Amino acid sequence: MATVDVDLPHVKEDDPHHHGPARGLGRWLYTTNHKDIGSMYLIFSLCMFMIGGIMALIIRAELFQPGLQLVEPNFFNQMTTMHGLIMVFGAVMPAFVGLANWMIPMQVGAPDMALPRMNNWSFWILPFAFLILLSSLFMPGGAPNFGWTFYAPLSTTYAPESVTFFIFGVHIMGASSIMGAINIIATILNMRAPGMTLLKMPLFVWTWLITAFLLIAVMPVLAGVVTMMLMDIHFGTSFFNAAGGGDPVLFQHVFWFFGHPEVYIMILPAFGIISEIIPTFARKRLFGYASMVYAVASIALLSFVVWAHHMFTVGMPLVGEVFFMFATMLIAVPTGVKVFNWVATMFRGSLTFETPMLFALAFVVLFTIGGFSGLMLAIAPADFQYHDTYFVVAHFHYVLVPGAIFSIMAATYYWLPKWTGHQLNETMGKIHFWLSFVGVNITFFPMHFVGLAGMPRRIPDYALQFADFNSMASVGAFIFGFSQLVFIYNVIQNVRVGEKATAQVWEGAQGLEWTLPSPAPYHTFSTPPEVK
Amino acid sequence: MSGSTYYVPEQSKWPILASIALGLLAYGAAMTITSMTADRDSIGPWILGSGFLVLFYVIFGWFKDQIREEAEGLHSDQLDRSYRQGMLWFIFSEVMFFAAFFGALFYVRTFAVPWIGGEGAKGVTNMLWEGFSATWPLLQTPDMKQFPGAEAVIDPWHLPLVNTILLITSSVTITFAHHALKEQKRQALEAWLAATIGLAVVFLYFQAVEYHEAYTELGLTLNSGIYGATFFMLTGFHGFHVMLGTTMIFVMLLRCFDGAFSPEKHFAFEAVAWYWHFVDVVWVGLFLFVYIL
Repeated sequence: MATVDVDLPHVKEDDPHHHGPARGLGRWLYTTNHKDIGSMYLIFSLCMFMIGGIMALIIRAELFQPGLQLVEPNFFNQMTTMHGLIMVFGAVMPAFVGLANWMIPMQVGAPDMALPRMNNWSFWILPFAFLILLSSLFMPGGAPNFGWTFYAPLSTTYAPESVTFFIFGVHIMGASSIMGAINIIATILNMRAPGMTLLKMPLFVWTWLITAFLLIAVMPVLAGVVTMMLMDIHFGTSFFNAAGGGDPVLFQHVFWFFGHPEVYIMILPAFGIISEIIPTFARKRLFGYASMVYAVASIALLSFVVWAHHMFTVGMPLVGEVFFMFATMLIAVPTGVKVFNWVATMFRGSLTFETPMLFALAFVVLFTIGGFSGLMLAIAPADFQYHDTYFVVAHFHYVLVPGAIFSIMAATYYWLPKWTGHQLNETMGKIHFWLSFVGVNITFFPMHFVGLAGMPRRIPDYALQFADFNSMASVGAFIFGFSQLVFIYNVIQNVRVGEKATAQVWEGAQGLEWTLPSPAPYHTFSTPPEVK
Repeated sequence: MSGSTYYVPEQSKWPILASIALGLLAYGAAMTITSMTADRDSIGPWILGSGFLVLFYVIFGWFKDQIREEAEGLHSDQLDRSYRQGMLWFIFSEVMFFAAFFGALFYVRTFAVPWIGGEGAKGVTNMLWEGFSATWPLLQTPDMKQFPGAEAVIDPWHLPLVNTILLITSSVTITFAHHALKEQKRQALEAWLAATIGLAVVFLYFQAVEYHEAYTELGLTLNSGIYGATFFMLTGFHGFHVMLGTTMIFVMLLRCFDGAFSPEKHFAFEAVAWYWHFVDVVWVGLFLFVYIL
């Protein structure tokens, strides 16, 4: 990234737009402020992370030993389903949108998001959507139990009644995502300060621009597929019923046409965050800025033509298997470029290892492990062995937990001083990091082994030979889960007390957001800064 | 632009009310449909109805605020550009929504139906319904008891052809209206807008006639297998969008009577026109892939 020199215009005291927040509850209900909305997104995400986390711990508690101990199989299925849905749509995506809200206006030199009222709308839909989704736990027949991928006919012919609530919940959370994404694109394309050309934008902004494009392209497809389900369940259509000429496999095609770009929606902003943090703590410019941008763009474009690698065993024609296998493996190239660039940025840098950097480094290593297991899964003939086993669970948890979640934690630690005006408590941060790092690996690494040995996913019981690794994974999950309390404590403490942070916060930090005082003023830039 | 002050819209109660409306609509719709299928009473319709009430209140109030703020000159050029980009990306999202249903249509026609009929790479599927042979339009479904196929499908060269001409003409008339607006010919503007609405209403009427004929004479229903499913979902969602678009143009006409829009600033009008062209393009796709081919 180009070094950014800035002229900060003097903020006039009588500027009508430079007032503080409104008082009381109204501030949060009616706000048009990107920082308020960003905070609400992040807090919402944290709540969902906790709820989804408790569900994960219920799953792991049941799987601690073979046999049925704690919960009914049907409730176990509800837990795996709701855990996935809540973590994907309630925890990871809103956290990235919250970070985008906070950081993009500051990073491009804008006063706020381009469409501030729609911004409020995008956020406030989410609590309603998840209220609807969570309320399904208390409905007759229970919550959705067909897995977060809700394959037909499990989610149509054999679904519990609550599936209709799930469908409409997905509809409105999709509307929220689309509006959020439109807002982010409009902000980036239209609100940049003079001189902030596209190829001067920080990588977090670049990755979000591309992510927002993916969101607008695929969330409507998700809306389409759940609408087809609704029609099949209640109005007699036969989209997913071969008796009428439809095809259950059609569901999987449409779902994964949404689903694969969706998983990149959950990782591209993470790439952006890591590309901000590593240069700061290596005290070097990011290696290969332009190639990073092009790599993200190629990953995004390729994500539209690889969806069927999720369905190798479903009975596709051979030519389909081969095409989707090679297209998928192609993605390793731009991803490799990114990992290479991160390592090259650190090469001969003056490295220090503050908490954000520790999470970023763990991201690079552990995400790469998840990427490699992804490559193994991409090999169609091998996938026939791996499909629907714990190997898949290990793979996507490696890219989502020490991938997406670690990047969100890294970002929180990195930008928290800018938000609250208080320096971090490094000791607490490091305790949190090491507990999380150890916990994550104890949880998910053994899953590779049981998966390769044939343990199926989404089943509450398992054969005896998987017992040792499963009890290990369960112990790891509880370590990881409870270590997040350290994180929450640390964040709350940071909001309340702490040494006063400087504007620069981190010695090597570059970019517009670090020219603002800490905490950043309520309205970021009331006149555009000049970027040279 | 450097040195100019940014404009940030004030706080507003409309977004949170709109969220409440969507929450009520989603919950109410789910409850209504679930109890309808289970054949029992529920308060779903009341929740749904209250959702619509809140939604209409929001639509009126939010747009009113918006129009007032624009009249007060609060909308900067930058905000105008944001609105334009927002609208274009929204239309793109709509395109992708239709793409999902077009994709489903192409998939069943190219793969699923021929496979069940015993053709192609996965023709072994035919063992499920031996004797079933693939045709398109799919009048004989694999299981005629569960999904009784239609006797015939809509003839594209009657009403659909007329409707194609109607919609394409309406795209032209709304462009004439736009030109009249830019040249400040207010009467022509209103006349062309009214003509567009007229064409749209006739289009919707013919669609209704066509649906009626499909259900009563042809046996072509949502339940008549994958042809009926794709036919009604694609044309139905399109018809719904035409209804929305017509309402929007109608509102634009009312605002024109009210003296709104200057030759330079008329974003609302342009957004509606873009939307109308989008609806038109989708129809051309429908005419080609649903009716003719």
